[in-house]
Amino acid sequence: MRHTLTRSLDRSATTFLLIVAGAGILLPLSNLLLPASSPLHVPTYVMTLFGKYVCYAVLALSIDLIWGYCGILSLGHGAFFALGGYAMGMYLMRQIGPRGVYADPVLPDFMVFLNWKTLPWYWYGFDMFWFAILMVVLVPSLLAFCFGWLAFRSRVTGVYFSIITQAMTYALLLAFFRNDFGFGGNNGLTDFKDLLGFNVQASGTRAALFATSCLLLALSFLMCRAVVRSKLGKILIAIRDAESRTRFLGYRVESYKLFVFTLSACIAGLAGALYVPQVGIINPSEFAPGNSIEAVIWVAVGGRGTLVGAALGAVVVNYAKTLFTSGALAPYWLFMLGALFILVTLLLPKGLVGTWYAWREGRQRAALSLDADSAAFEDSGVKPHMAE
Amino acid sequence: MSSAIDPRATSAMLYLDGVHVTFDGFHAINNLSLTIAPGEMRAIIGPNGAGKTTMMDIITGKTKPDEGDVLFDGITDLTRLDETQIAELGIGRKFQKPTVFESQTVEDNLLLALNADHRVRSTLFWQRSKADDAAIDCVLDTIRLDNARRQLAGSLSHGQKQWLEIGMLLAQDPKLLLVDEPVAGMTDIETHQTAELLKEINRDKTVVVVEHDMTFVRELGVKVTCLHEGSVLAEGSIDQVSANDRVIEVYLGR
Ligand SMILES: Nc1ncnc2c1ncn2[C@@H]1O[C@H](COP(=O)(O)OP(=O)(O)O)[C@@H](O)[C@H]1O
Ligand SMILES: [Mg+2]
Repeated sequence: MRHTLTRSLDRSATTFLLIVAGAGILLPLSNLLLPASSPLHVPTYVMTLFGKYVCYAVLALSIDLIWGYCGILSLGHGAFFALGGYAMGMYLMRQIGPRGVYADPVLPDFMVFLNWKTLPWYWYGFDMFWFAILMVVLVPSLLAFCFGWLAFRSRVTGVYFSIITQAMTYALLLAFFRNDFGFGGNNGLTDFKDLLGFNVQASGTRAALFATSCLLLALSFLMCRAVVRSKLGKILIAIRDAESRTRFLGYRVESYKLFVFTLSACIAGLAGALYVPQVGIINPSEFAPGNSIEAVIWVAVGGRGTLVGAALGAVVVNYAKTLFTSGALAPYWLFMLGALFILVTLLLPKGLVGTWYAWREGRQRAALSLDADSAAFEDSGVKPHMAE
Repeated sequence: MSSAIDPRATSAMLYLDGVHVTFDGFHAINNLSLTIAPGEMRAIIGPNGAGKTTMMDIITGKTKPDEGDVLFDGITDLTRLDETQIAELGIGRKFQKPTVFESQTVEDNLLLALNADHRVRSTLFWQRSKADDAAIDCVLDTIRLDNARRQLAGSLSHGQKQWLEIGMLLAQDPKLLLVDEPVAGMTDIETHQTAELLKEINRDKTVVVVEHDMTFVRELGVKVTCLHEGSVLAEGSIDQVSANDRVIEVYLGR
C-alpha cells in the first residue's frame, strides 16, 4: 500500500522537476531565439518576473523544510533572504568601479556621498565573486546558527520563537536603514552594472539568471527532499509531532532543530542572492516583518510539508499579487492576501497540494480495496460486473 | 552530598532519597524515598494526583527536584542530566497518555525508537540495515502489530497505541523501563496480554509500572508501593498493601 503511495509521490516530484527544468530551458530559449513578433516569444520583463517568483519559490521551500517538517515557524526568514541579497548586492556594487556617478574607482557612490574616505573593512573581498558567494552562504547560515543555538538551547518554541524571529528581522531592518551602518541606508544597493563581466540588463544575462534560478530551485528541492526522506527527516517529523517523546528516545532535539534551521537559512540566502541581480535593487524593506509573514502564507496556501506545494504556493500567490497590484484592485491586495490565508486555513488546511495528495490517496485506497474485492470475486469464480 | 548517600544505593538500579518537588508552592513530591533493585518489577499505585507521573518526570529529567538524591545504577546522579542524556543511559519511558508519532507508520515509530546512534550526521546518512529490520520484526511480533506495520500510528486503536509505545520501549532496549498506566483504555483480554508482556520484559529488564487497575497489579504479582500526597504510604505485597488501613482509606475505599 505504502509502495503505491511513495511511487506516486515520486511521480509528483518528477513532474515538478520536469516543469522546473522545462521552464528553465524553454523560457530563456524563446526569449533569446524567437523574434519579438512571434506569439511564443517571452518578453524579457516576463522572464525576469518569473525569475523573481522562482527565487520566492526557493525561499518558500526553505520555510517548508523547517515549518512543514519540523514545526519551527520562523516569521523572520525574509531576513536570511535579504542577507544573501545584500551579499550579492555588495559584489554588484564593487563591480560598478569607476562607472559610478562620482567615478570613484573603489568606493560605491553612497559612500562618496557620505564623505567616506576609505572602504569599510566589511566591504573587503566583495570585489571577488567567489568571496561574495561564500558570504551569501555563510552570513545567513551563521546568523541562523547563532540565533538558533540560543533559542533552541533555551527551548524557545512555538509562538515565542515566531515572535523573536520577527524581532530579529525588524532589528535588522532598523540597522540597515541607518546610513552609518554602511550598506546604503534607506536606498540600499542599486544601479548595478555587471555580473561576472556580463551586463545585468542584457537579455542574455537575464536569461542566464532565470535558468540559474530554476537550477537553484531544482537543486534545493532535491536537497530538501533528500533531507526529509532520510532517517533524519523522520526525526524532524517526530519532533514536530511529539517533541518530548523524541527527547525521551535519546535524540538531542536542539541539535536537529539547529541543523535544519541553519540549512534552511542557507537556502534562503542563496534565493536572495539570485533575486537581487534580477530585480536590480536590494534595500532594507526586504527585512520588513510583513515580507516574512507573506512567505509563510505562500507555504500555507501551497501546502505545508509537501515541498512541491510550497514552491507552487509562492508562484501562485505572487502571480496573483502581480495581477492585482497592477490593476484597480491594488489598494485591496493586503486584504485579499489576508482573506486568502483565512480561507485556506479554514477550508483547505492542508493547502492546495496537500489537499490534492489527500484526495488522491483516498482514491488509491478505494481502488485498492476494489482490487481486493474483485480478487475475492475471482477467487470464488464469480466475475465482478463493473461498468468501466 | 555524596557522603549522605546510603551505602545500599550502590547496588540499587534506582534510588530516590528525600526527594521534594514544589509547583508554585504546592508540594507535589514530599520526602519521597524509593529503592528499586536490579531486575525487579515494581508496581506503583495511588490516587490521582499522588505524584506518580511527577516521580517519573523526575527520574527522566523532565522535572528537576528541589531537594533529594536520584541515583541510577548506583552511581549516576540523574538530577544533573537532561532527558536526552538520561534516555541514552538506558532509561525508557511510556507516557500516561499514549504518545506515538501519529503521522508516521508503525514500522517507522519503531525505527525511530531503535537503540542506535542518535547524532545528526549519522541519521542524515543512515542506511537501512538487515539488523534494524530484524530488530523491528522482532518487536512487531512481540507486540502483535505485525499486520499493522505499514499503517499510520495515528490510525491505531487506543490499546494498540499503548502496545506500540511499549514496543518502542523494547526497541529502545533500556535497562530500566518506566511504564505509566499501560492498560488504561484496554479490554480485559488486552489487559491480561499486557501483564504477560510486562512479565516477559521483566526477565531481563528492571520495570516500574504505575497502574490503577488492581486486577492487573494483582496479576503482575510483584511488590507494590502506594504513593499518597507525594510520599510512600505503604509498601509490600499486594495483599499487605491492600489490607493497609491508610491505603484503604485514601485509595481503595471500603
Ligand atoms: N507541571 C506541573 N505544574 C503544576 N502542578 C503540577 C505539574 N505536574 C503535576 N502537577 C501537580 O502535581 C500533582 C501530582 O500530579 P501527578 O504526578 O500527575 O499525579 P498522578 O500521576 O499520581 O495522578 C497533581 O496535583 C498535579 O496537579
Ligand atoms: Mg499520572
